[in-house]
Amino acid sequence: MQKFLSMLERLGQWARSELKAMGHAARLFAVLIMSFWSNVRRSNLVRDQIHFLGNYSLAIISVSGLFVGFVLGLQGYYTLQRYGSSSALGLLVALSLVRELGPVVSALLFAGRAGTSLTAEIGLMKAGEQLSAMDMMAVDPVQRILAPRFWGGVIALPILSAVFSALGIVGGWIVGVVMIGVDSGSFWGQMQGGVDVWADVGNGVIKSIVFAFTVTFVALYQGNEAQPTPEGVSKATTKTVVMASLAVLALDFVLTALMFSI
Amino acid sequence: MGKSKNDIWVGLFVLVGLVAVLFLSLQSANLLSLNWQKTYHVSANFDNIGGLKRQAAVKSAGVVVGRVESITFDDKTFQAKVDLALDERFAFPKDSSLKILTSGLLGEQYIGIEAGSDAANLVAGDKIQATQSAVVLENLISQFLYNKASDAPSKP
Repeated sequence: MQKFLSMLERLGQWARSELKAMGHAARLFAVLIMSFWSNVRRSNLVRDQIHFLGNYSLAIISVSGLFVGFVLGLQGYYTLQRYGSSSALGLLVALSLVRELGPVVSALLFAGRAGTSLTAEIGLMKAGEQLSAMDMMAVDPVQRILAPRFWGGVIALPILSAVFSALGIVGGWIVGVVMIGVDSGSFWGQMQGGVDVWADVGNGVIKSIVFAFTVTFVALYQGNEAQPTPEGVSKATTKTVVMASLAVLALDFVLTALMFSI
Repeated sequence: MGKSKNDIWVGLFVLVGLVAVLFLSLQSANLLSLNWQKTYHVSANFDNIGGLKRQAAVKSAGVVVGRVESITFDDKTFQAKVDLALDERFAFPKDSSLKILTSGLLGEQYIGIEAGSDAANLVAGDKIQATQSAVVLENLISQFLYNKASDAPSKP
């Protein structure tokens, strides 16, 4: 009986702490969303974050996009030519990039490249008591430190996704048309016949915006909640990558089911 | 709001993003040539549309001249009612006929439009009378088997 009661107690404690964490996260998210207008007024802070998160991620995103396009071109050609429909290579490359790979892979790369640096930066600021010092000077650290990073990430990732998809298509074109010799006309023609601006490109953009909110928020939340110790920061950074990646993949399934299930 | 060198780089970054979106919507999705063309709508009834889908091509002599706008079911005649959006640049005689065709053996289905000889052309809201249904493989096979069966007794 005693054992059972203590088990029940632990269950209750666990549920309460989970609920508390969820409440914390939701409140932080609400505050960050509300900070939109104050960040429009302080756009130079956001601009510096876009520069840090976006411009510096451009290289890894472009190179990955190009290589994903190369691989899609090679693998797609290998499969399609078995059925004698290698002319549909352009369509295959474009649809898989615009609908899935562009938003998802760039979000995963962004979590690794930019999300970790956000978490580590904020976690170290917290460990060095810089955030508490700001609080003492009546400067809200959420408004001054977290919000510009949040909006910077939210703006940067959709742009990076678009660059990824576009360069991926160029990569598929280089391998398919230039190297293998698929007919250029049918490559672009099938692509243009099968890709819809709103249903495919538009939904891809919506996906990448949702992922931008998710990844940036997870990174900031983990940094903000990190234990102010070296282990705490390292744990938080790991958690950022794991949780952001899982959230992106799970959300991708939900969004795909909502958007494309006709 | 102080100026800084970052402004240039961020501007460049946003520009690259815009170029990428433009590339995706113009080069891969062909926003300009399809959606901004003026079209006129005509309808037709089919006994069986097979696997025809919305946005399927309408082709004449192999050239895309329009799209399937909507497919509905008419429970008065028990036929499929197909609305077509035809490109305004192309005019077809009133007695043109429609056929549901398949590109390749396993490709997707499209509507082929064959020009008739009427002097008057189709205008918006017209109904095309002469239609030919999609070829359903099962019907073909059962027809073939039926013919075989009727052939059999003649042989001793």
